[in-house]
Amino acid sequence: MLTKRLIACFDVIAGRVTKAQQFQDNVDVAPAETLAARLYADQIDEIVFYDITASAERRKIDLETVRRVARHVFVPFTVGGGIRSVEDMFEVLKAGAEKISVDSMAVRDPAIIRAGAEAFGRQCIVLSTQVKRVGRRHGIRSGYEVFIDGARQATGRDALDWVREGEQLGAGEIVVNSIDRDGTASGYDLDITAAVADAVNVPVIASGGAGNVEHIRAGFVDGGAQGAIISSILYSPRLANVAVADLKADLAAAGVAVRPFLAG
Amino acid sequence: MIGVIDYQAGNAPSVGYALDHLGLEHHLVRDAAALRRADRLVLPGVGAARATLDALYAADLVDALTERVLRDGVPFLGICIGLQVLFEHTVEGDVDGLGWVPGVVRRFPDSVRVPQIGWNEVTTTRAHPVTDGLPSPAHCYFVNSYYCEPADPDVVLGVTEYATPFCSVAARDNIVATQFHAEKSGPIGLGLLERFAGWEHGC
Repeated sequence: MLTKRLIACFDVIAGRVTKAQQFQDNVDVAPAETLAARLYADQIDEIVFYDITASAERRKIDLETVRRVARHVFVPFTVGGGIRSVEDMFEVLKAGAEKISVDSMAVRDPAIIRAGAEAFGRQCIVLSTQVKRVGRRHGIRSGYEVFIDGARQATGRDALDWVREGEQLGAGEIVVNSIDRDGTASGYDLDITAAVADAVNVPVIASGGAGNVEHIRAGFVDGGAQGAIISSILYSPRLANVAVADLKADLAAAGVAVRPFLAG
Repeated sequence: MIGVIDYQAGNAPSVGYALDHLGLEHHLVRDAAALRRADRLVLPGVGAARATLDALYAADLVDALTERVLRDGVPFLGICIGLQVLFEHTVEGDVDGLGWVPGVVRRFPDSVRVPQIGWNEVTTTRAHPVTDGLPSPAHCYFVNSYYCEPADPDVVLGVTEYATPFCSVAARDNIVATQFHAEKSGPIGLGLLERFAGWEHGC
């Protein structure tokens, strides 16, 4: 049986993992490769790495840090931030990533999704979305709007319309990142996660808000997600941290199929 | 020395990092001459079958690869797309593969989310030096929309279920191939790579 995935998310600034709340006030946690090695040893299922300032600073992704992380991680590794072209994607793959996450740039230039899928296969292209509950209105039928550039810029696009378009263009996985819940430890936004899971037939990843194991369970069971992005719960200095093994044991006890923790 | 075939569209670097971690000597192979010097070969893969085959032909690697694997019998490990291209035909882009192993590559039905992405169970169906000693079933990391269907059931070494039971490890003679990413399957995947590196086919 295909198991649900626990995905550690790294927001990286200058080679170091940081932790934000609602996309602001980043505090420093650890060097990316140190935290990656620790989480790999803890048997995390996957790691996602966002170079969070690359896009806003209009510079290329920090490939040296990508390489240093890739050398420590023998589980899947997704990289995003500042990717503008198929050439940029290729550089990231060569540095050791399996999957490429596109977000703001894909909203500006949706053709990059198709170009990436044609060059590297659909399974390689993750469409990450920043969504905010704004209420139903003209053009925003779902009540959720897509934002870009670190949640700073509204796009006027409906979240469900965008993920459907992304899937059609060739995205192999959709990340639903709730701006309202980011870093709040108050649980995923299950409404939009479930709506996206219904709207597309590619895997969907819940993101933003996981503060305890019940939130993660709800993301899988009620949100219909195949993967759960977690960060605060693993390493935020603002919150009591929980070990991956304990999360997996609790999820398994709650009836969620997870990759079992290998002893020894 | 292990040659990791780097056709500039796959994830050869990830396989290289895993081999580095295991302390196994290897080099990236980008041309036919380098390929002929390797005494065992890994064909990694992410991406699309057509792009992979096009890249192998463009780098003029296909003849040398076929010669080393089918004629000289060097141990060969295919990973993901590196498994799928071994078969005669794939429905992905309606492309003919290398045809080393009789059979076809099909797409998962839309009754499940496609691609399959995540950790799924691999159950080995027989003994083989590359998998013996590893747990079975074991969770390994998959990223695939397509799966192989060998014509000869004896080729199947591992089975996984996603919509349907499918062949997740294929092996015949000096060839072994995994649909999952051994280089990204944690300690189990590293264990498989280590066994492959020590596999003396025919001994």
